Formats: sequence, C-alpha cells, structure tokens
Amino acid sequence: MFTPDPLIIAGRSFASRLFLGTGKYASADIMKDSLIASGTEMVTVALRRVDLDKPDDHLLSNIDVSLFLLLPNTSGAQTTEEAIRLARLSKASGLPAWIKLEVTPEPRYLLPDGDATLRAAEILVKEGFTVLPYIQPDPILAKRLENVGVATVMPLASPIGSNKGLRCLELLQIIIENATIPVVIDAGLGKPSDAAAAMELGADAVLVNTAIATAKNPVLMALAFKQAVEAGHQGYLAGLAFSIPTASASSPLEWISAL
Amino acid sequence: MTPSETLAALEPQRIITLTHQAYHPEHILSLVEKERLSFEDFCALLSPSAEPFLPQIALRAQTLTLSHFGCVKQLYTPLYLSNACINQCLYCGFQARLNIPSIILNEKEMVDNYKFLAKLGFGHILLLTGESPLLAGVDYIERAIILAKDHFPFVSLEVFPVSTSDYIRYAEAGANGITLYQETYDKTLYRSLHPKGPKSDYSFRLEGPERALRAGIRQVGLGVLLGLSDWRLDSAFLGYHAFNLQQFYWQASIQVSFPRIQPILDAPHEIFQVSDKAFVQLICAFRLFLPQIGLTLSTRESMDLRNKLIHLGITHISAGSNTRPGGYTRASKDPGQFETQDNRSLSDVIHMLAQQGFDPVLKDWSPFFDLASKST
Repeated sequence: MFTPDPLIIAGRSFASRLFLGTGKYASADIMKDSLIASGTEMVTVALRRVDLDKPDDHLLSNIDVSLFLLLPNTSGAQTTEEAIRLARLSKASGLPAWIKLEVTPEPRYLLPDGDATLRAAEILVKEGFTVLPYIQPDPILAKRLENVGVATVMPLASPIGSNKGLRCLELLQIIIENATIPVVIDAGLGKPSDAAAAMELGADAVLVNTAIATAKNPVLMALAFKQAVEAGHQGYLAGLAFSIPTASASSPLEWISAL
Repeated sequence: MTPSETLAALEPQRIITLTHQAYHPEHILSLVEKERLSFEDFCALLSPSAEPFLPQIALRAQTLTLSHFGCVKQLYTPLYLSNACINQCLYCGFQARLNIPSIILNEKEMVDNYKFLAKLGFGHILLLTGESPLLAGVDYIERAIILAKDHFPFVSLEVFPVSTSDYIRYAEAGANGITLYQETYDKTLYRSLHPKGPKSDYSFRLEGPERALRAGIRQVGLGVLLGLSDWRLDSAFLGYHAFNLQQFYWQASIQVSFPRIQPILDAPHEIFQVSDKAFVQLICAFRLFLPQIGLTLSTRESMDLRNKLIHLGITHISAGSNTRPGGYTRASKDPGQFETQDNRSLSDVIHMLAQQGFDPVLKDWSPFFDLASKST
C-alpha cells in the first residue's frame, strides 16, 4: 500500500490527488476554467488530437504548463508498436517524457489490452519514460507492470465515459492492497461521491474527464470533484470505522490474549 | 457465418413485421431506459408505435451521445475527384444528366484542392469518385490517397468497392476509412435500380466493408440512400449490418451515415419520402441501439436540421462542401452529384458549434495508426 503525503510520482510531488483529462469539453475556455477550479496539477492530452508542429495547436496552446504537468497519452493506439511510436514522437517534440500509456484495441468500450500494455511499458521504461499505464483492474497485471518499473498503475473503475463508478471494487481493493507504487483510479468515475469512495478505498489519486467535461456546469463540477477527492483521502487517512480489515479496535483487547 | 452471410439469412418479411407491428406503449418506454438493446428492440424503435415517444427517445439519444462523445463534433471535408461513371443508377444526380462532361482531376488539380482544404484547417478528407475503372480506377485512387496523405492525417474513401488486394493497396497508400453505401438492402429493388455496370452485383458491394476491414482499413462507414425504399426496412437491415460488422471485426470503428435522396428531375424511380420526423426517429433509434458508433450527416441536409441533429445523435459533419469535382478551386457550372442544402463555410460551422456548446475536432488521428507506417 503506497500512501505518502503529499503524493509523489517518480520523484515529483503533487499537492492535488485529482488528475484531469482534456477531451469532450464544449470549449477551450471551459476546459481551462475547469482545470483551474479542480486544483489539479496534472492534465492528460491525447497525442492523436494535437498537432505537435503547430505552436498554436487548439489543445496544447490552452494548457498552461506553468500550472500543470502535461501528461501526453497514447489513446487511439491499438497495438504496442503504435503506442511506443506515439510516445517517442511526444518526447522528441519536447513534451515531458511522461506518458499515460493506453493501448485500446477495440473502439467501443476502449478497454485496455493488458498484454500489449505490458510489452509497451517494458520498452518505454527502458527508454527512460515515466510510464503511467491505463489498465483493467487486474491485480496480477498491476504487479507485473510494477516489476518492469512503471511509475503508477491506473486501473479503470468502469468503462471510459460510462459514469458508472466503482463497479470493480473488489479487484481495485486488491490492487491497492498489493501496490508499492501509486494507484490512480482512472475512467468511469461519474460523480464526486465515486471519487470520494475511490479515495476512501486507499487510491492514491483519481483521473476524471467525462464527468466534469459533460456536466451542465463543468467548472462547478471540477470544484466538487476537488473537494470530494480531498474528503475521501482524509477519510481514508482518518481510518474508516468498521470497514477496514486492518482496523484497530476502539478499546484495548490485549487482555483476551492473556486469558 | 460472415456478417454479410448473417445479413443474407435475415428474412425480409420478418423485418417488415418487426418494424411495422403494433407495440404496447409501455414496451416502447421500457426500451428508452434499457441499457443494451437487442436487434428486435431496435426494430420496435423504428416502428410507428415508437413515434408518439419521440421526445423521450430523443432525450435518451442526446444523453448517450453526450456520454460517449462529449461536447465535441468531428468535422470533415469531401472532395469529388471524378464524376466519370459506367454505372447506371436510376436515381443518381450524375447519371440523370447524361450530357454532363466527365471531369477527372489531374494530380496538380488534386493537390491544389488538398492544399486549399488543408489550409482551411481540415484534418480529415473524404475522397469520392464515380466508378470508372479505366478513367479513374484503382491506380488513380491509390495515387490520390498518397498525395492526400501529405496534407491530411486522416483520409477516407467513398469510391466503388474493390477486391481485398486492392483494398490492401489503398490501406498501404494511407487510406484510413472507407464509406460504402449499400443504397438499399432490398435485393430485388437493388437490381432494378442498378441495371448495368459493375454496381449491379449486390453481393460484391455488400461484402465490400468486410474486404476493406480484412485489408487493414480501420474505419468503415455504412449507409442506405433513404427514400429508395421503405426506410424502416432499410434502416433495420443497416443496423443489423453495422451490429454484425462490429461483432466480427471488433477492432474496427463502424460508422453510419444518413443520406436522404433528393428528387432528381425526370428520374424514372419513385421516391419514398422520408419526413423530417421519420428522419429524427431513425437517427435516434440508431443511437440507442449502437451507442458508441459515429453517426454522420452531410450537407445534403439543411442548416436548420443539421443544427438540431447534432444535439441528438450526430457526431460527424461535413462543412463547406462542394460536390463538383475539384469544385473548391475550379469555377464550374457543371452540376454536382447532389445540391448541398447547407452551404456554410467551415468557419461558419465552427462558429455555430461554439454557439451551441460544442468544440470542433479537426484532427483525431495519428499517422502512426496508418498501415503504411508499420513498415517504416
């Protein structure tokens, strides 16, 4: 279980445990205001959407890199090779050598391919990337990725854009329990209360996009997620009553062993 | 069975029954809330019994589109490369004017148009031709793709169906998507509407999307020419086709377009009018049945209707279209394949999208996803 405070990923400290996506917003201005309201310090951008040759690219030019760490992602890549090439292009163009690794061979639910992700992660880590892989909530895969040196694992709570919340609770708990690197719950968190619940479980951070970008008031929703993440994390630190297997008893019980 | 074999096994009379029978209002309302619809559910949503519940169905379509695609709309531009065609489709705008001259863009004209459209900001171009293997055949189209890739990340084709090996050539040249309308799934009607030319082969056309997908093309667009036949029947077949392609070719991106035929003067074929209400019903039914697929609307439709339908299910729209070959850089009074009803420029459409709360997406593809890039 990885729980230093503040959150540290690959040696970098983050005051906010809420990461944001940049897709699906109605305008660049709404996106910018939402990023600020969320208090986030890390935002992810789809490399397929941006034109790295254009300084005035519609997306990149609207992200203030003095406020946020830009986390390029490989969404749209269907294979190991496509993801690796996108990551290399991103690094070569001067973007941070951090990569949110997404290998999603089917376009409907955008479910990640664990095998292809593991192979890509191994290569990218060796090339010096800080790799944050998007995965299905597979505890074994999470450990294998940890072993090859990724910076975090990012298991989904439910399919991207579904807003269904923590449908894979038991498996997420095992991933968190076993992890020695930060666990960022990514995808499917539909409500601030989902994010709070994820943090109460012991997640180190969450990543949210659709629920904020498509809300009636995205800026207010970003603020709500910020508060929910903080509340959930504090709840976790405080030790939830009755629900944690390793919880300590509310009054001394040593006398029982002396019987 | 392949998707086209599955489709061939579908009994038209059963589909007519499913799309025309009376359903209890509570059944229709239950479908609005249902998470995963069956093909039979889709047919019920296409039926007359669903009409009174169009507001509820439209609201569900809106919610699903927002959830899966967010507040963005993908924009593309068509470019007609050639109107030369040896088919005789009885309803076609080119065919109905037999005296129109053949126009086939040469490479310089292609590139001039590419440069013009890329400079406007488009990142997705749809290349179109008639069917003329001698004047604008596979070699010509392959060359057009190669030249287009210098200007556009995403190149798709709306051209005549070809063999798997020719689709491989297109994919290796850089083509990312194909659109192939079956026009109608009513085989008897299809044969009467396409009396001559290679297009008279119903099955070769039907199997085209599968050949393209096997060849490495990643995106396939389907459609029927709405108005040639009973729209409920054709829409049901179209939905079944899209669904089955999605099941078999699970890595492919399947899209559906909704071209509504415009009456052509003196066309010898009867037109089955598809009202705006029916049009809305079928688009919403598609969204509920296939929530994650892209739905495309061209400038055949009016500005007013396009402005409204992007709120319900449409995710991809063209802008500033010209249906005359090379029409962006070439002054011509020749008729296009159809008259565009929405003549707004790209910047006008982007402005409209912003006013309606949508962000335009002009680039949504990396060259690293191209088949051509794999060998480099």
